[in-house]
Amino acid sequence: MTGVLPDIVPLWTLILGLGVFLYVLLDGFDLGVGMLFAFAPDGNARNLMMNAVAPIWDGNETWLVLGTVGFFAAFPLAFAIILPAVYLPIALMLVALVFRGVAFEFRFRDAERRGFWDHGFVAGSALATFAQGVVLGAFIQGFRVEGRHFAGSSLDCFTPFSIVTGVALMFGYALLGAGWLIIKTEGELQRLARRLGRIALVGVAAAIAAVSLWTPQLDPAVARRWFSWPNIALLSPVPLLTALLAALTWRALARDRAQFAPFALSVGLFALSYLGIAISLWPMIVPHRYSLWQAASSESTQVFLALGTLFLLPIIFFYVGWSYWVFRGKARADVGYH
Amino acid sequence: MTLDPLILSRLQFAWVIAWHILLPAFTVGLASFIAFAEGVWFFARSQTFLKISMFWTRIFSIAFGMGVVSGIVMPFQFGTNWSRFADATADILSPLLAYEGLMAFFLEATFLGVLLFGRKLVPRWAHFFAALMVAAGTLFSSFWILAANSWMQTPAGYAVVNGRFEPRDWLAVIFNPSFPYRLFHTVVGFYITTGFVVLGVGAWLIRRGRGVAEARAMVSATLWLLLGLIPAQILLGDAHGLNTERYQPAKLAAIEARWKTGSRVPLTLFAIPDQRAAANRFSIEVPVLGSLILTHDPNGTVRGLEDWPRADWPPVIIPFLAFRIMVGLGLLMLAIVVTGNALRWRGALWRNGAFLKLCQWVAPVGFLAVLAGWTTTEVGRQPWTVYGLMRTANSVTPSLTSADVIVTLGGYVLAYLVIFPAGIALMVRVARRGFEPAPGDLVQSGRPATVLDVPRQAERNAPGHVEQNAP
Repeated sequence: MTGVLPDIVPLWTLILGLGVFLYVLLDGFDLGVGMLFAFAPDGNARNLMMNAVAPIWDGNETWLVLGTVGFFAAFPLAFAIILPAVYLPIALMLVALVFRGVAFEFRFRDAERRGFWDHGFVAGSALATFAQGVVLGAFIQGFRVEGRHFAGSSLDCFTPFSIVTGVALMFGYALLGAGWLIIKTEGELQRLARRLGRIALVGVAAAIAAVSLWTPQLDPAVARRWFSWPNIALLSPVPLLTALLAALTWRALARDRAQFAPFALSVGLFALSYLGIAISLWPMIVPHRYSLWQAASSESTQVFLALGTLFLLPIIFFYVGWSYWVFRGKARADVGYH
Repeated sequence: MTLDPLILSRLQFAWVIAWHILLPAFTVGLASFIAFAEGVWFFARSQTFLKISMFWTRIFSIAFGMGVVSGIVMPFQFGTNWSRFADATADILSPLLAYEGLMAFFLEATFLGVLLFGRKLVPRWAHFFAALMVAAGTLFSSFWILAANSWMQTPAGYAVVNGRFEPRDWLAVIFNPSFPYRLFHTVVGFYITTGFVVLGVGAWLIRRGRGVAEARAMVSATLWLLLGLIPAQILLGDAHGLNTERYQPAKLAAIEARWKTGSRVPLTLFAIPDQRAAANRFSIEVPVLGSLILTHDPNGTVRGLEDWPRADWPPVIIPFLAFRIMVGLGLLMLAIVVTGNALRWRGALWRNGAFLKLCQWVAPVGFLAVLAGWTTTEVGRQPWTVYGLMRTANSVTPSLTSADVIVTLGGYVLAYLVIFPAGIALMVRVARRGFEPAPGDLVQSGRPATVLDVPRQAERNAPGHVEQNAP
């Protein structure tokens, strides 16, 4: 780094952190709807669930592309080490997303094989979510690195811990999906979403507890960060707030008047879990090996892209927000598809 | 040739890009065509063009969905299979890809939602604006991805620091020497590809007597458009060739299967290049024409592959044949479009069943030309990923095993063999239904039962308008 300009790495950390979080929320709820789709009682319910995400899913998935490319741009060394390390789950996710993405169009137009595309939609959503959870778990555990390369095997990323995070994320996205369905549906389908949401919440709470207790065991540095004095006092609001939010979510899922609260509270749970992981790993982007600064791209690259990003992101938020406004309200089976 | 991770990763990339490129080849042109039709509906209140737009929008939504899912696969390939390339070139290429996402993907995805689902929900001008934004998004996307691709072909504006490429001049990076030529040649190629699909589908509808007025309107507009675009494309291709001769002479030598340097060289129309013997078998040649075309001078010198070490040669036979397929298809397209316009001039176009049938048959011709052209330029770039600077063999991820790549390649092959034929079949089915949804429509999702109850917004804006135009 030449010191002509102020350090821009924190800005990129923030942008990318926000981008990844937005992806997790937005594609999280529509992948969650995809998994809950398996529990829909009839064709009408399936159509409603599909219509609840159909106009916005590909915009949501765009955050995956932007998050990936942004990661490539801001921290290329980490990108070049981590992607080979999670080679198989990434490929699984991509193939799963292919089946899940085409189902939106194909099931409407291919009545004879609608069952096939519906199964593809559910399995694609579930496998893509599981694969993302495995990637997350493998990332928290860290990778075998030599110089600027991943030096392990493609199977290293499958560990008991990463399998647990894979399943955990399935519960997490299902919770977000249930929250979204509560906003977008009413009556019997909404009641179903509330029931499924409560089941998912139990899984989420168990998973958060498991990962929170397990991660410090994996790495003494993480244990020191959380449990040494005064950190333990300063950081204690994170687990306490998480417990509080989980309880509030449970209540909101049961209360028929709460339309937006279950989704908003689940978002809060995700935000706190995300914050917890960030606290554990900061400031490393390749755990145990490279910090955010060591993995950063050249200053010229970061500045060139930051200028455009800071200009374009507000515009994107504006028109994406507008499209959510256009498609506000309860999903209806009779809103013209095309 | 052993199945090492390098060759398998190349096969995997070729597989996922070859299928993916078919979709932008179609959607870039179709988005503009839909925006055009929506414009005619918006400004001239033409019910014909409203129907044309709705017809193609249904097909577009399928193609676009497939384009999104197969496109998401692409940026991951850099990290998973080409990590050394990613590490070396990230500082230069990543912002170009990121700008594609920021400027294009959100624009397309968001406004496509409005275009598909929002006709009843937003004012008419906003719906037309959405069509324009989708079209603009596809063009922005072409701009940035081709800037990145062109930089790999003709790198500029960089410095090499510790084996990594660092940016020195962003304008030089983006507007690198081959970029303007590649951009225009590719986008015009995409427009032509769409044009032939529209022509073929229109001809089919006319022959079946379905929505004849609409089908004639779109065939007629497209014939005019292609009459301008195809000659323009031939000129652009020639300019692109001169650019290649200047900046990638070894690629040009491979395209022409020219082994020895010389002046007044012939044009090889056909041959079977033999890389090992550095000679052509069964060649058919026209004297001097090679120098004339490649240098615009009968005495011009054309360099042969002998000027470079063998290790730097591309696999000659592939770009050589792919280029000839592309040019041959281009000439075929020119002949068809000239014939069509001549028939129209004589007022015989709509009666000429044989010509309409021919249009049907050649509907996919643009896709073949795009694939052939893409193969020419990408295989011609070999053995480099960054031309002359970084070898493909040094770009692959070091940790990969053959088994890893066989598993993932198998997954992509299976997935694409399911969804692409299914998607194509569905587009054909939608096209067969014509402009009016069939009674007892299989679609349950509540699409409007007839085209005419759609423009509710128009009623609101101009009372009585829809009734006046209803047939």
